[in-house]
Amino acid sequence: MTSADFLLMVRGPAFHLATAIFIFGILWRILEILSLGQPREHAAVRALGISGGFRTIVRRFVPAPGVFKRSMFIILAGYLFHAGFLISLFLFDPHILLFKETLGISWPGLPAPLINVSTLLGIFAMIALLINRLTHPVLKFLSGLEDYLSWTVTFLPLVTGYIAFQHLLQPYPLALALHILSIELLMIVLPFTKLMHTLTFLIARWTTGSRAAQRGIEV
Amino acid sequence: MSTATFERGYSALKEQIDTSIASYLQSCVHCGMCADACLFYTETGNPKYTPIYKLGPLKKVWEQEYTLLGRLKVKWGWSKPLTDADLAEWKEYVYDSCTMCGRCSMVCPVGNDLVYMIRKTREGLAAAGHAPEGLIGATTRAVKIGSPMGVKWPAVLAQIKHVEKSTGLQIPVDQANVDYLVLMSSMEVMNFPEYMEAIAKIMKSVGKTWTISSEAFEATNSGIQIGASDIAKEIVSRIVNAAEKLQVKTVISPECGHAYMAIRWEGPNLIGRPFKFKVQHILEILDDLRDQGKLKVDGTLEEARLTFHDPCQIARRGGVLQQPRNLLKMVAKNFVEMEDHGQMNWCCGGGGGVSAIEESHELRTTVFKRKKSQLDALKVEKLVTACANCRIIMEEGMEAYQMEMPMVGLTEMLAEHLPETT
Amino acid sequence: MTQSNLIKNRGYHFLPQQEEILMSIPPTIGDSLRKQGLSRREFLKFCATAASLMALPPTMIPRIAEALENTPRQSVIWLSFQECTGCTESLTRAHAPTIENLIFNMISLDYHHTLQAASGDAAEKARAEAMKANHGNYLLVVDGSIPLGNPGYSTIAGISNQDMLHEVASGAKAIIAVGTCAAFGGLPYAYPNPTGAVSVQELIRDKPIVNVPGCPPIPVVISSIVAHYVTLGTLPQLDSLKRPMPFYGQNIHDRCYRRHFYHRGKFAETFDDEGAKQGWCLYKLGCKGPVTYNACAVLKWNDATSFPIESGHGCLGCSEPNFWDAGSFYKALSIPTAGVATAASYATVGGVAIGVVAGIRNRQQKTFAQQHHQTVTVDDLERK
Repeated sequence: MTSADFLLMVRGPAFHLATAIFIFGILWRILEILSLGQPREHAAVRALGISGGFRTIVRRFVPAPGVFKRSMFIILAGYLFHAGFLISLFLFDPHILLFKETLGISWPGLPAPLINVSTLLGIFAMIALLINRLTHPVLKFLSGLEDYLSWTVTFLPLVTGYIAFQHLLQPYPLALALHILSIELLMIVLPFTKLMHTLTFLIARWTTGSRAAQRGIEV
Repeated sequence: MSTATFERGYSALKEQIDTSIASYLQSCVHCGMCADACLFYTETGNPKYTPIYKLGPLKKVWEQEYTLLGRLKVKWGWSKPLTDADLAEWKEYVYDSCTMCGRCSMVCPVGNDLVYMIRKTREGLAAAGHAPEGLIGATTRAVKIGSPMGVKWPAVLAQIKHVEKSTGLQIPVDQANVDYLVLMSSMEVMNFPEYMEAIAKIMKSVGKTWTISSEAFEATNSGIQIGASDIAKEIVSRIVNAAEKLQVKTVISPECGHAYMAIRWEGPNLIGRPFKFKVQHILEILDDLRDQGKLKVDGTLEEARLTFHDPCQIARRGGVLQQPRNLLKMVAKNFVEMEDHGQMNWCCGGGGGVSAIEESHELRTTVFKRKKSQLDALKVEKLVTACANCRIIMEEGMEAYQMEMPMVGLTEMLAEHLPETT
Repeated sequence: MTQSNLIKNRGYHFLPQQEEILMSIPPTIGDSLRKQGLSRREFLKFCATAASLMALPPTMIPRIAEALENTPRQSVIWLSFQECTGCTESLTRAHAPTIENLIFNMISLDYHHTLQAASGDAAEKARAEAMKANHGNYLLVVDGSIPLGNPGYSTIAGISNQDMLHEVASGAKAIIAVGTCAAFGGLPYAYPNPTGAVSVQELIRDKPIVNVPGCPPIPVVISSIVAHYVTLGTLPQLDSLKRPMPFYGQNIHDRCYRRHFYHRGKFAETFDDEGAKQGWCLYKLGCKGPVTYNACAVLKWNDATSFPIESGHGCLGCSEPNFWDAGSFYKALSIPTAGVATAASYATVGGVAIGVVAGIRNRQQKTFAQQHHQTVTVDDLERK
């Protein structure tokens, strides 16, 4: 198989398969979670939970007072990684075209050199996070196969994207194909690992936030 | 005769898992931030005290019961099913090293309410017979005697007489159609009768009617600490019955953290219906009275540099945050806040039933270093709080570290500043 | 008008000599060039250009000159199979006097059924004679793919393309597959490949093959390879797709004069918007420059006048294998080759179905646990 054939395969059938598994897996897993239901609140509430839940979804993007000082590394590296990854994913023009084609919506992108920076930020932050995971007593203790698998499938798109963009691997169709393949791998793995947090954090924050809001607490 | 079994514990965990828990367990990315928020980790450095790790059994049950993949994993031998030995091992993490303070729930970046899950996990361990002996004893006493400390009504009555004598005020007992039904923790009955005195003085000063119920004087609820909702329901029902019988408008939860959680928030859910009366914390009542202009003070101010320790279940988990500050301003000149205060306050180290667990006595002293360093940094002369349990634990801790610092309940402090009446 | 006159009228002046060449082959390339009145200076200039195109060091120029001067003209047999004659058109579209037609003086084109004046048996005879006379030494140039589905799909003088290729290839020194059809199967090979077309390299395994893909390929590439072969007796360095590295080593995008617009995020959104008028990057309009390895952006076309991107149209990627099947020419490279709507809708139905089944089971499990709940009393808190 030539690199051109490989590129055709990942842009065609492999992408379809990955998208199908991605959608299939997400719907399945979300329904599995939602099916368990929430207990009814009988206590006299101080405020409605619904809006409080949404406020918490937003509020949790900023660490609570004093938390930044205590968990500075993980917050900084975590933010840099997420920012780098999401900027590269959502604001690179070729990616936007993909969203436009598949979802029908588009938005303005950033110039490529900025994407280059965001990708590098993401890569370095992820390396730092991995080192931290391998050395920090708590993370070393908590981490298992799933954590390292999730790290790998998240890291690969960043690094293959950078390689493809910078032409560090020739021929280019091979580099591009590997990049697309790495995204497909991420899409396939996501619904069945902790990477689902990209969606379920909304449910988590909302339920926590609404319960707290009912008690008059903004968390 | 029925007995605790692993199956009952397992089934209890199954009953507890809801959408929020499933989303929490699915969302955890193992970032470790909850460890940084937990004083049991920060003061010991033991990674097993990481809050999310404490939820291991719950996570296993969720995976193998409520996810298709988890079931297949067990079937194919990729993951081991939950065992009784697991539950036995986790007793240390779920009870001894967790005060259910909920600080971890404040920091989780994906928004996991970890302490909500600890509370549910305790249901499983309790039903499986893996609750700590000390808590089993307290719970048994609460149900069989009427109070976790074994305090019976005659003892309360003796204190009432004592208070009546020292204040010259009458303590109403079992009076119907009054404004407030006042509850107490047995700690307050036995160790801090000042609270009862303060209530008597304040009620007189603001002109409100109140009563103590001989059938439900005890505010605490060991059932929610040990994690047995059936028992918690039984205990809370006593208060509900008494309050409804006496037709009071409002039940006042005393200066006790988990009592507030038990009556105010868990109570209606335990009995499965809303209450026909209001439940308020004493600080909420006092702040409302202040707001209405009914609670007046004599204008003298405490000179001492003092700070306020927020009891976790009242502040972070209960939502009573601003009220103590409003009240403190009425009577204190040099009130300073700890660096982490209010919703982010650090636990005394003995909440969530930990104070009743003998095995964690040493650990409790170790983790008190956190509170000690907070207090040391402020260089305060006095510590005000609103929870008798916090107070006992902090007294213990201060003794262990040879700290000299007077401690006082906020209600009590306010009572000292009431205008002189003749 | 005869065919040779037609070509002559286009300013293409070596072809009338073709018959003459067939009759009396001049001994060396040098003779042939001089016969056309090429000065020594012009000849050396050509050698220098050829060297630079082939990325050979300047020290090689005298050697090229010497080789060309003294080498007998290379015998070339050109076979055209399932093709459109575009490759031949491209080659003959050169502007005189250019390297291309000078190069043609280096070879003796002994068989090319489009260009040769002879037809029928005479043409086939010429092929047979050339094969016999230069057995083991002639170059075979092929354009077009070979149908394996049915030999009758494409025949020459009653001989199937496959048979003719095998026959001629057996005596060839090397094969140059000209155009994407010969190199990779090209359009005939495109899905669903009705004729069962294959490329030359699919059939011939025992001869050196150079692929010169492109639809059509750049003419100077073909002539430069011949120059390289004549001069050094070897084929140029090839990449993994057997394409000569000097021409196919870099992709269009990297050498494109519009690339800085790509980096700045300036894209033409339609073919007539302001961006298009400003000459911005055509990525969003489907340009396949980033994955297309060819020299168009450097050598350009029509006497180095322009190339597709310069004229405002994205690169189609015509020199890459399967370019015809790589999704729409007008959709960006980052877009999947076909819509995912069908896959997505099946996945949605499937995901909801399994989710509902798993959800119902979860509810049953939880309800079962709740219904079979045994009230925990203080007497149950210990194991007995």
